[in-house]
Amino acid sequence: MLYIKCPHCGLRPQTEFSYGGDATVKRPELNKEVSDQDWDNFVYLRKSPRGKHLELWQHISGCRQWIKVERDTLTHEIFTTLKANENI
Amino acid sequence: MSENFRLNKGGLINRNKKISFTFNGKKYFGYEGDTLASALLANGVHLVGRSFKYHRPRGFFGAGVDEPYAIVQMNRNNEVDPNVRATEQELFEGLEAKSVNCWPNVNFDIGAINNFLNKFFPAGFYYKTFMWPKSFWYKIYEPIIRKAAGFGAASIKHDKERYEHKYEYCDLLIAGSGPSGLASAYAAAKNGAKIILAEDKSRYGGSLLTSEVTIGNQSGQEWAEQIISELKSMPNVIVKNRSQVFGYYDHNMLVMSERVSDHLPKTDKYTPKQRLWYIRAKEVVISSGSIERPLVFGNNDTPGVMLSSAAKEYLKVYGVLVGKKPIIFTNNDSGYEAAIEFKKNGIDSIVLDTRKDANSEIIKQAKELNINIRFSYVVVAAKGYKKVNSADIAKISDDKKNISNIENIKCDCICVSGFWTPTIHLASQSGNKTKFNEEIDAFVPSHSKQKETTLGSANGIFTLEETLKTSFEKGSELSKKITNKENKVSIPTVAEKKSSKHDKFWCVPLPRGKKYKRFLDFQNDVAVSDIQLALREGYRSIEHVKRYTTLGMATDQGKTSNLNGLQLVSEVENKVVPQVGHTTFRPPYTPVSIGAIVGREVGKYSKPTRKSPMHYWHKKNNAVFVDAGVWLRPRYYKQGNENLFEASKREAKNVRQNVGVCDVTTLGKIDIKGTDSAEFLNRVYTNAWLKLPVGKARYGVMLREDGIVMDDGTTTRISENHYHMTTTTAQAANVLSHLEYYLQLVWPELNVNVVSSTEQWAGAAIAGPKSRDVLQKLFPNLDVSNEGLPFMGYMEGNLFGVNAKIFRISFSGELAYEVNVESDHGNFMWEKIMEIGKEFNIQPYGTEALSTLRIEMGHVAGSELDGRTIPYDNSLDGLVSKKKDFIGKRSLSKKAYIESDRQKVVGVVPLDKKTSIPEGSYIVKDAKAKLPNPKLGHVSASCWSVEYDNPFSLAIIKDGKNMIGQKLFAMSPLKNKIIPVEIVSSHYVDPKGERVRS
Repeated sequence: MLYIKCPHCGLRPQTEFSYGGDATVKRPELNKEVSDQDWDNFVYLRKSPRGKHLELWQHISGCRQWIKVERDTLTHEIFTTLKANENI
Repeated sequence: MSENFRLNKGGLINRNKKISFTFNGKKYFGYEGDTLASALLANGVHLVGRSFKYHRPRGFFGAGVDEPYAIVQMNRNNEVDPNVRATEQELFEGLEAKSVNCWPNVNFDIGAINNFLNKFFPAGFYYKTFMWPKSFWYKIYEPIIRKAAGFGAASIKHDKERYEHKYEYCDLLIAGSGPSGLASAYAAAKNGAKIILAEDKSRYGGSLLTSEVTIGNQSGQEWAEQIISELKSMPNVIVKNRSQVFGYYDHNMLVMSERVSDHLPKTDKYTPKQRLWYIRAKEVVISSGSIERPLVFGNNDTPGVMLSSAAKEYLKVYGVLVGKKPIIFTNNDSGYEAAIEFKKNGIDSIVLDTRKDANSEIIKQAKELNINIRFSYVVVAAKGYKKVNSADIAKISDDKKNISNIENIKCDCICVSGFWTPTIHLASQSGNKTKFNEEIDAFVPSHSKQKETTLGSANGIFTLEETLKTSFEKGSELSKKITNKENKVSIPTVAEKKSSKHDKFWCVPLPRGKKYKRFLDFQNDVAVSDIQLALREGYRSIEHVKRYTTLGMATDQGKTSNLNGLQLVSEVENKVVPQVGHTTFRPPYTPVSIGAIVGREVGKYSKPTRKSPMHYWHKKNNAVFVDAGVWLRPRYYKQGNENLFEASKREAKNVRQNVGVCDVTTLGKIDIKGTDSAEFLNRVYTNAWLKLPVGKARYGVMLREDGIVMDDGTTTRISENHYHMTTTTAQAANVLSHLEYYLQLVWPELNVNVVSSTEQWAGAAIAGPKSRDVLQKLFPNLDVSNEGLPFMGYMEGNLFGVNAKIFRISFSGELAYEVNVESDHGNFMWEKIMEIGKEFNIQPYGTEALSTLRIEMGHVAGSELDGRTIPYDNSLDGLVSKKKDFIGKRSLSKKAYIESDRQKVVGVVPLDKKTSIPEGSYIVKDAKAKLPNPKLGHVSASCWSVEYDNPFSLAIIKDGKNMIGQKLFAMSPLKNKIIPVEIVSSHYVDPKGERVRS
């Protein structure tokens, strides 16, 4: 079970969090023309890297903040955790 | 029966307490402190089971966790406990155990015929035999094989024992209380670190209990006792025996299984049988020791053949002789320790040492004791069926390839020692890349991936002096890093005998013309010939060889078999062991009972149960409850002998004719505040929200980005920057996370806050033509007329001193209101509504009537918003704004979503107006079409329309828009029904929606 350092609460077990997928995906801006391809990429296409992955987790059983976690998908090593508004 | 193999003195058992027990129905006795294994051996019982595949007789091979044979079935407190190792089960008064894998009994086992048919059971026999005809596999072969194989039978009854879970955090977790565990724990404890020291046996000390060593001026055992009692007195130390750390998981999370009362006859209700500990440790010390390796020779699985360390342990700990005429077969000095121990107790043994010659302190001692030692000698084969009665022994050539001078000598046990294998399971599970140590012919931990350190013989260090030194140092070093404190502990002096080098020999060649089975894996009956066959057949990877032959796959996880298997593969393949590599060690290290894994989360405790504040009123009034997510909701209120159908019909009818009240507390509620709330709602919902006036509610639908409907509900503008959102019961948590996602990550510039207020409000929906009369009496000072409180209106009121929120919204399609009060006043509100509503014939209605009402109105709910439909499918086109952007809008222009024959929700009525249509039925054009019959869609929800008194269903079907008026069929292969139906509008009752506005 992972041990995730919530930037707001500190180290907490994985069971307090829920997973939110790739943190680098940017939602296209509202009211802007988006091509079918770009929209499909945003909605469906995700990389599945072996190694470092910046991903979203929500501390649902804690502060309810969405956070960013840089994790190795192979070893589960967590390199860093960030608040929603912070970037690597 | 008297104990013929118990010494008159010695051992750590309590000779003052005799204990009686039964094995295979026969009564025996032993002493407090015995294991089932030691007590049986004391009684001369060596035959305990039959082997997995060939049903060969099985005895005892080890004395602890490594035991591959002695697996028994326990009967404890009338509960069956299969797969128990007799070597670990402590004796208690009245213990009942029996053999497994034999029928009709262990002495006469019909399955033993497999032994004589063994040429039909080669490696991979499952894959080779029984292949034809195919149907025979399922009907005949498999059931017979399943019956013949296995280690005991699990109970089919509910396990009434109690199991618990515990979570613990510590600085150092130390797995194993042998010399390395004790020394590291002691040093770390002195530095103030928070420590958990776990020992899987009942006695602490590990090898110190059986080895002849001196630490300081104490014997090894005395020293261990003293350290343990000191550790126990320290507040920063938890010391646990009967506790097996069996799994090493990510981020230094380890799981330990504590056998709390497995060793006790009967415990009170609240004492758990076992406890599972989830331990998050800053540092882990693996001091799991090592397990003696077997030597491989003919019939080396015969009862009476066992590890020499086990023989020594039975002697020193339990005062039990495993035999009175032992042969010690060894390739190293360890075997001599058993020989000397036998000698001290008046038993003469013969030591067969595979080495040409060896000299060390212990060999000298053996010689001085006149122990018969034969160098360059091996056991070729054990003789005897249910018990060893003699052995063929022979001289072995210097190159270990040829044997000569075979002779048969009488014996009653053969104690083998093929040197030691470090127990690296936990280290390997942690991700440690192990390395092969040529010096000891075994793998040892190498580079740590997590915060673990392996010490002592688990790390391949076999001298006590070095073990203690490194363990004291490591314990101090690791804890100092955490506590920043250092209390120097002086390392005691050690007196131990120096050993000479072991012989790399491990397998005795077969004599010419003999075909003895030489076993590698004792639990899964994998012999040398099986591995050789697998390699001949082309299996190369050790992982494949393992799976094909089942080497190391049994419940003992190959604790005694792995390395010899690797030796053989590397020999045949002309490789060295590290090239072959070892198979992956996976948790659990020892079998863990399912009960321990499940813990207390059984039955109704498997998930939390949420109850509304009115729950006990419902209960008192004969409500029959249904699970709605984690909530319990009244499904219907039973009157007299009514069934579900009758009751729900009565309740729904009363709503249509008079007035009903429904507990809607479970609806998700989210409080939304902030200056950008309107803008936020406008982005979240598909319809327009900017112009919603204060004091008004609006129905909204929200999508996921892929255009699929996520949820629906009403949101009310309480004041300028304050909204009250409702969600469906099931989606409440997901919707909150969804809103938080957009507010925190996508549009952090919006000034909006959201918080769940589901539990803060109790809700009652008052529905029916007479609902306004009830409301007026509840709030006599308010103008609740159609003008004062119009459809989708909101006002606040005072309900006999309680603040209330009144929403004119309707799920039933009738004139209806929802009244919310703070949860604590929920029951008060409910009773007031019932009291005042009495004169208007008010009745409570449950979820079944609620469904009926919404289905015949064509209001979509969870069964239509099923995660596969878009707004158009649900006839919610009018709610999709063309002007503004919102979450998921871009997806709605996808080609597949705008096709003209897209699926749509419709109403379905059986032509006979009698036959109810099962939910999930397919709608098809031609009931007699060839299979697979193309389906147009499925029936999503069914009810008995109380308005028209006939069945009515909703269905989502292809081109639904143009299907209205068509005569089709509803097919339910599950219920074996084909029902002719007519497709009608989904708005079956009051299609213009006049009642809600009346």
